[in-house]
Amino acid sequence: MLREFAMPDVGEGLTEAEVVTWNVNPGDTVTVNQIICEIETAKAAVELPCPYAGTVVDLLVKTGETVAVGSPIIAIETAEAAPAPAPAAPVDDEKGAKIGEAGKDGRIATLVGYGPRPGSVTRRPRRGAAAPAAGDQASGTADRAPSGSASPGGDHGQMAPAAVAPDGDRRSGTVDRASHDSASPSVDHDRVGAAAPGGDQRSGTASRPPSGPASPNGDHGLVPLAKPPVRKLARDLGVDLRTVVPSGAGGVITREDVHAHVAAPEPVAAPVASGGVRREPIRGVRKATAAAVVSSAFTAPHVTEFLAVDITATMDLRERLRATREYSDVKLTPLAFVAKAVCLAARRTPEVNAHWDEAAGEIVYYDRVQLGIAAATPRGLIVPKVRDADTLTLRELAGALGGLTATARSGKTPPADLMGGTFTITNVGVFGVDTGTPIINPGEAAILAVGAIKPTPWVVDGELAVRTVCQLALSFDHRLVDGEQGSRFLADVGALLTDPGLALTW
Amino acid sequence: MSVPQSWTPVTSADTAVPTHDQVVAGLKATDEGGADLVQLLTPEGERVTDPRFDRYAADIDLDTLKNLYRDMVLVRRFDREGNALQRQGQLGIWVPLLGQEAAQVGSGRALAPQDMAFPSYREHGVAWTRGVDPTDLLGIFRGTDHGTWDPIEKRFHLYTIVIGNQCLNATGYAMGQKFEGKVGDGSDAEATICYFGDGATSQGDVHEGFVWAAVYDAPVVFYCQNNQWAISEPTERQTRVPLYKRAQGYGFPGIRVDGNDVLACLAVTRWALEECRTGNGPVLVEAFTYRMDAHTTSDDPTRYRLADELELWKLKDPIERVRVNLVREHGVEQGFFDGIQAEADELAARFRQFCVDMPPPAPDRMFSKVYAEPSPTLEAQREAFLAYHASFEGA
Repeated sequence: MLREFAMPDVGEGLTEAEVVTWNVNPGDTVTVNQIICEIETAKAAVELPCPYAGTVVDLLVKTGETVAVGSPIIAIETAEAAPAPAPAAPVDDEKGAKIGEAGKDGRIATLVGYGPRPGSVTRRPRRGAAAPAAGDQASGTADRAPSGSASPGGDHGQMAPAAVAPDGDRRSGTVDRASHDSASPSVDHDRVGAAAPGGDQRSGTASRPPSGPASPNGDHGLVPLAKPPVRKLARDLGVDLRTVVPSGAGGVITREDVHAHVAAPEPVAAPVASGGVRREPIRGVRKATAAAVVSSAFTAPHVTEFLAVDITATMDLRERLRATREYSDVKLTPLAFVAKAVCLAARRTPEVNAHWDEAAGEIVYYDRVQLGIAAATPRGLIVPKVRDADTLTLRELAGALGGLTATARSGKTPPADLMGGTFTITNVGVFGVDTGTPIINPGEAAILAVGAIKPTPWVVDGELAVRTVCQLALSFDHRLVDGEQGSRFLADVGALLTDPGLALTW
Repeated sequence: MSVPQSWTPVTSADTAVPTHDQVVAGLKATDEGGADLVQLLTPEGERVTDPRFDRYAADIDLDTLKNLYRDMVLVRRFDREGNALQRQGQLGIWVPLLGQEAAQVGSGRALAPQDMAFPSYREHGVAWTRGVDPTDLLGIFRGTDHGTWDPIEKRFHLYTIVIGNQCLNATGYAMGQKFEGKVGDGSDAEATICYFGDGATSQGDVHEGFVWAAVYDAPVVFYCQNNQWAISEPTERQTRVPLYKRAQGYGFPGIRVDGNDVLACLAVTRWALEECRTGNGPVLVEAFTYRMDAHTTSDDPTRYRLADELELWKLKDPIERVRVNLVREHGVEQGFFDGIQAEADELAARFRQFCVDMPPPAPDRMFSKVYAEPSPTLEAQREAFLAYHASFEGA
């Protein structure tokens, strides 16, 4: 008689395997335990011994093909007579499905507990009229507290909702009775199974809306049917199961359905330019930046303060200085003034030029300011340092800043220049934005963001005037800088930029 | 033959403490087992003398040796069939003993009828020697029962899946034997043997068993089959001294025997059991052997160990050396071996047929086989469960 050998579960709980090589061909004679093929599973590569003696009729799986455990892989004509010994007949007897083989109902017997594959949810059909009755009892008893010893009928009815949708139990408290009743037919559906002969029972449970299994469950207010792992998947992906179109038997949402729902383009919008996705490995500067900002954001409690500053006077001073011979060969940017102001203000508030040394349990105050300037380069964000910035004159600062950014943009900043900063300025203004909440460079105590400099209505001596205004944002690490010091520092920087002459007094 | 590698440094220097590398190298010398290895039959099938243990193998005549050979061949044959049955989907899992036949058959045949054995889950060979039919092992691996033999009748406990746990059970049992006065010089004196592997020696249960057995002088033989691999962990990640030397620290004797030498295993286990029966227990026996197949059918050893290690151990095959000895020293004819092979194939066929024909357990068995006496609640649950089952078509 013709026997088929189903792909066994050669590990504990494997669901599929790839046929790597076939050692036999159709027409070959095989003996019991002859190695017929090699398969590769998630766990191991193993050789399969033949369970039957006879002649190979057909190889049902091609080399390189991955098939589910339980799928027939080879057909063998054996010498034995057609009916197998009476009680044994393992494959014919539904209950006797061997481990790893599918029974006649398609269910796969396994040693360890994993469910049947999604999409193949089939159950033994219930006897005659028993199914609807059981379903009704299911919804009835589910409302009650699930205590054990009800009538036998109630007992087995109770298993229905539990087995199909564990979530349903949790929800039953909030779902009203009506929706529970309407949920029961679909519970029955699951138990009946799509391919089962009891399909006529579907029409018997009349309340099923005509939209049928192809419409999302939410349409008729049912609790969407899905297994717990699928529910988890949906939750992880932020998918509302009520919006997913089920494809499984009895309207069960499968894993594939959820994926398909996610993959589907937004139904609202007209065909968006359906461009592809570009994936780039995370590495280099991107990776370093990510690590730095994450570490900073999650270790240093950030406080950010904002200050809008009238820098008209500073801009006037800049114009005057640029006209002088001394500044003829440097690019005197507003950033240089900010840098100078930061250095001066840091002298009065040393807390912002400090380091929280967690390991040593100390706060390290620096004499000198190693001023980092965040620079956008083709390689990404890098922060080269101006060494001992507080010892430099405005002209020297301007020169240093020019050289720094030029080197950075050309990608030639030596690694040493990127380390050992004590304070950072990020000039987001060059991108035209007003301000931001900068993330402190790890190891430092504060960072100053400089916004766009633009003419702005401003009140001067009680009159509205158009002034050159810039927004400053200071983020500081509250572990070592309190609001008092942070505010004073920011106010100092603002005051210096508003009235550069103040510098004479410090 | 080359000089056996020793784990201890050569005595020329006074540096008593071996270096890390020396320790690892010593443990890695898996092809020799060290200088203290007890061996009566070399891999080449040559009977060698051992002044200490020869007398425990003195009664081994040709027929006994033939029987040991038969035991090992039959055990190996049905073990291979179990492996194949798993690959054919008939068993959920199988735990192969390939390569450990001598360690199991030798020690198992050393047991007196009244001795008690506590196996782990690989002791198919010991089960064989205790008269447990191989088909009785199938249910565990098919997932239909937890063992069907009577542990009291067979004097062979049910398989223990939890690693090392049986050391506690065995120690407790042995303490009971002692408390009941079954330890002594009489011919009916009893001992217990506890089987576990090298990996189990890292378990707290084994340590606890050792401690209790030592301080109570429990008549238990701790029989460690060191098959070199605890799934994927090699012995050098279990221990920095040879396992048998651990016994010293607990205060009882430890001995290393060639686990692929059925005669040595028999002799050493006989000695160890005798020690225990007469009140000198416990004893640790380390059977130095090798797991030739995977840990279980769910394991793929090619992912963590080298093929040449396997090739080396093939040369030390426990069955082959007995066969060679039978032919060379006793002139046994080929017909004997053919007969055993035929018997083995018959056993395998019976084993296979039994497995394929195994009925699934009746659904009510979880109610009838758990409690000794039914209760109204249990009865009600049973009725409900059966009604539920009966509600399906084709039930």
